[in-house]
Amino acid sequence: MSVLTPSSTGMSDAILVEGLQKRFGSNTALAGVDLTVPEGSVLGLLGPNGAGKTTVVRILTTLLQPDGGRAEVAGIDVLREPDRVRAVIGLTGQYAAVDEYLTGFENLEMVGRLYRLGKRESRVRADELLERFDLTDAASRPAKTYSGGMRRRLDIAASLIARPRVLFLDEPTTGLDPRSRLGMWEFIADLATGGTTILLTTQYLEEADRLADRMVVIDRGRVIARGTADELKAQVGGQRLELTVSSAAELTDAVRLLTPLAAGEPQADEQTRRLSVPVRGGTDALAEALRLLAGSGVEVLDVGLRRPDLDDVFLSLTGHAAEDGSDDGTPAGRTATQTAGSAR
Amino acid sequence: MSSLSVAVEDGLTITRRNLVKVKRVPELIVFATLSPIMFVLLFRYVFGSAIPIQGISYAEFLLPGIFAQTIVFGSTITGASLAEDLQKGLIDRFRSLPMASSAVLVGRTVADLALNALSIVVMGVTGFIVGWRIRSSLGEALAGFALLLLFAYAMSWLMATVGLLVRAPEVVQQASFIVIFPLTFIANTFVPTDNFPTVLKWIADWNPVSAVVQAARELFGNTAPGLSAGDTWSLQNPVLYTLIWSALLLAVFVPLSVRIYRRTSSR
Repeated sequence: MSVLTPSSTGMSDAILVEGLQKRFGSNTALAGVDLTVPEGSVLGLLGPNGAGKTTVVRILTTLLQPDGGRAEVAGIDVLREPDRVRAVIGLTGQYAAVDEYLTGFENLEMVGRLYRLGKRESRVRADELLERFDLTDAASRPAKTYSGGMRRRLDIAASLIARPRVLFLDEPTTGLDPRSRLGMWEFIADLATGGTTILLTTQYLEEADRLADRMVVIDRGRVIARGTADELKAQVGGQRLELTVSSAAELTDAVRLLTPLAAGEPQADEQTRRLSVPVRGGTDALAEALRLLAGSGVEVLDVGLRRPDLDDVFLSLTGHAAEDGSDDGTPAGRTATQTAGSAR
Repeated sequence: MSSLSVAVEDGLTITRRNLVKVKRVPELIVFATLSPIMFVLLFRYVFGSAIPIQGISYAEFLLPGIFAQTIVFGSTITGASLAEDLQKGLIDRFRSLPMASSAVLVGRTVADLALNALSIVVMGVTGFIVGWRIRSSLGEALAGFALLLLFAYAMSWLMATVGLLVRAPEVVQQASFIVIFPLTFIANTFVPTDNFPTVLKWIADWNPVSAVVQAARELFGNTAPGLSAGDTWSLQNPVLYTLIWSALLLAVFVPLSVRIYRRTSSR
């Protein structure tokens, strides 16, 4: 299966997006995005800051009108019948949208009432969700007193109160400490197991790797790659030889010595004195590298061979790291982007 | 369910939410109760000792004025609270829910109406203690309170529009004070306008706040034969003039703010 064509599982699509366009003044936020999310699966929507991830989510959740293209959620046209769409979706935005003066319970009850669950059902669901998200002890405290992680959990609980068929999570773990993030991942994985269709945007590739069945990478309002994590990694290809040397000067020497082995542009980081070289040939390449370095005066502190992770994918596709919002891609990155585009 | 009953139910859900906040944020209670008490006492004894009013006590002259001033200031809460909801992403959440698109604004303005009613009760009691009396029938007095609240409600919708456009709670609060101070002072609120300079007097005579105050004075019976209301049509027909202004504000700002709400978003 090609990395660049959407895979079809034969199930119906819970989200269908075709040629979605959006401009803000002279700035093109979306330049024709296509994507599908099969019922019951998790799609990771990846991209750097300003790539257009949130704009996609805002259009699909009826908060924003696109300038062109088509979008359906659970088979309902988002533009023609936004009210029906709102009844089947849940949204957790980038900032925990909870009312800080209401208690956890009151927040959930209110949202349940607004989903038209009725008073009794809203209360039953509120209690269930507080329990599930470990908030029972804090249920009668105003959300103002909650920690960041607790607020996020309450926010997700609110978006789940009416058992939505499709859930949108816009950077659900941004700003959380590592421990809260792990907890949040477990909750999201549970939901996915339970059959909820999820569209998840994130800047954390590890998060997408762990939670998403498939991924769509967008940059500057365009889809630049799609597929499973394995497919994307295979696209970057090969393995990486990574080593740490003892000084910046030696780093330059190492780059020069290892360039003959490189299957792509070596990446050197002077701060950490680390070098990453894409190679082919696995352990042979490693042995060859050590031979080249031996007796060259370069002191190798650490060396290893690893498979590319999604960060490498990102760097090679967009020309910049996932969490770096800057627009200036390296020439190497540009080439990779064009290669990905022309492979279509 | 019909769309009207949906709108009413959702509006009430949001009203409840906003009233819970009043219960939990002490500043709001202070704003709605203690500061009106302070103003009644301050004006009653500071201005009251220097401003003789023809035919009635200053307390009777003052209370309708201070009712009007307080409720007009109260409308800024509507704008500031909506701006705060926008800033915190709550409006995004509400807009993604299958609720009536009027509910957030209806719930906000109705909660603020309740807050204004509370302020009026507190001021009325304080006023009574310092010499204010209602000298009309019960029906007229109730009509007086209803008219004050109607005007306050209309002002809330104006401020709702401002809040959704300005989006920063502090700015809404500060900017509206710059407008509302002159609006409530270049009027017959605290002093008779007879000796105002010509331009100010013209503004005061046609200022809707003057009409609200004059209407309340007439409906509470806080008038005196020697005390002239003013010669303009607005002050000769203050109830009608107030009703026209309220209707106008509602007709413009209810649809306008709902329209803005439907398109607004946190960022």
